Amino acid sequence: MIEGILVDGLIFALLALGVFISFRILDFPDLTVDGSFATGAAIAAICIINGLGIFAATVLAFIGGAVAGAATATIHNKLKLPNLLSGILVMTMLYSINIRILGGRANIALLRVDTMITKVIGFGGSLPREYTLLIFMLLFVGIIKILIDIFFRTDLGITMGALGNNEQMIKTNGVNPETMKVIGLSLSNGLVALSGAILGQYQGFADAKLGQGMIVEGLAAVMLGEFLLRSNKIFVITLRVVLGAILYKGLMFFGRYYGYYIHMTPSDLKLITSVLVIVSLVIARSQDAAGQRRKERR
Amino acid sequence: MIKLEHISKVFHPATVNENLAINDVSLTVNSGDFITIVGSNGAGKTTLFNLISGSLFPSGGSLRIHDLEMTRVPEFKRSKYIGRIFQDPTLGTAANMSLEDNMVICSSKGFKGLKMTLNSASRKAFSEELRPLAMGLEDRLKDNVGLLSGGQRQALTLLMTVLSRPDLLLLDEHTAALDPRNAQMVLEMTQRFITDYNLTAMMITHNMKHAIDYGNRLLMMDKGEIILDVSGEEKRRLTVDTLVKKFHEIRQEEFASDEGLLST
Repeated sequence: MIEGILVDGLIFALLALGVFISFRILDFPDLTVDGSFATGAAIAAICIINGLGIFAATVLAFIGGAVAGAATATIHNKLKLPNLLSGILVMTMLYSINIRILGGRANIALLRVDTMITKVIGFGGSLPREYTLLIFMLLFVGIIKILIDIFFRTDLGITMGALGNNEQMIKTNGVNPETMKVIGLSLSNGLVALSGAILGQYQGFADAKLGQGMIVEGLAAVMLGEFLLRSNKIFVITLRVVLGAILYKGLMFFGRYYGYYIHMTPSDLKLITSVLVIVSLVIARSQDAAGQRRKERR
Repeated sequence: MIKLEHISKVFHPATVNENLAINDVSLTVNSGDFITIVGSNGAGKTTLFNLISGSLFPSGGSLRIHDLEMTRVPEFKRSKYIGRIFQDPTLGTAANMSLEDNMVICSSKGFKGLKMTLNSASRKAFSEELRPLAMGLEDRLKDNVGLLSGGQRQALTLLMTVLSRPDLLLLDEHTAALDPRNAQMVLEMTQRFITDYNLTAMMITHNMKHAIDYGNRLLMMDKGEIILDVSGEEKRRLTVDTLVKKFHEIRQEEFASDEGLLST
């Protein structure tokens, strides 16, 4: 059970890292995620079915998400639409595009084909299925996390970090904020699509509506993580996003299994998730206000 | 070095809110000038800075920096030549990032690649650069800038801007949001940097005394026009009284907001 939650959480952590980059680093509430998550799953599924290989499928899924992110950023930059609307528009476009990718179907099953998951389980030999997957996902997410950490220690990454904080400062220092948004949203949605690609293979099917409500779930994970650890170091910040994602999946698991004691059904989980985000925001704000008062008293 | 020719700026053209913010301004800023700018609220001082820095484009006229046509070049490209400090101390630095991260962003202008320049050598260099501020910032490289006071943040912004050696330094009432002690400190630091690094600067101030005490040239603006431009010996002889008298001579009318202009 616990290993199932951990695998779920780690797959979901990739999405949470993407949401973290758009919401927290770029301060760009990017709703593309709901579409690009399914795009990732769809691209990976169709590539695998057509025998392109698992590696190519995964890379293409990442690229597909990145293109979606770049599209959102470009609509926002060049047509001067508000960031929320740009994301919603691309998300809506992606619903249609995802069905196109899936060959005119709303979903596609990955039966009797080799996926990343079946390969990994095969590699594990006599180890129990879930444990093999867990070790693999730990390694996979660990590597991605470290790559993100390294990126945000480069000059480009540090500059991107300032964008959500202070766009004027970016311009004053001769950097085009539009370029930063394109790079940032591409990276963000690439990770989201990667998460979708793995989830699709894990659950054995890709669905054009796989991403529905994912943005709020990712946000909940990011915010839960922020209660776990406080730091301004990127290494700790990305770690807490991963932990937040696992914690979120754990909470949802218990909600699903023990929720019936309070007459809760699985369909209530989206409601709970959104309430969780609202509560987190209110708590975080009151903590900020308290911190501000402490600072002023000094 | 910077040449504005017949620059004008109209906000909300062809509407009832049409507002001529800058009216046919021509100005040449020479290398080494330290220009102070005074004028009542709404005179167009900040709009003039916005036009020079590129955050606004003029409705008419042309602007050249180093003989390069810059009238419609976007702000981030002009930043190579221009360093700008705002009244609001939070605009110059990123609050949620550490001091060293902020200094990395300001240490070079233009697009930054995947290099990692933040290492022990550059940290040491940052410390050395911060030491002359005498604020203890050299030991707080890992602290978030949001933890610093307004005065410290403005001093840091000033230092980082100066270290990038801009051809033109634009100071938009950069001490107005600080308490008097910090304001004086930042102002003295500004004077020292401008002298030490031989910078060309323009400074907007609401304080007539500062406008007279600092710089080698003084501009007075009103209703989107430069109504007074004095430099050299003539500027050295200026007093607050003669400045106010001069203004009335030119405009032959009462100031809309005398208090703002007369505070010393």
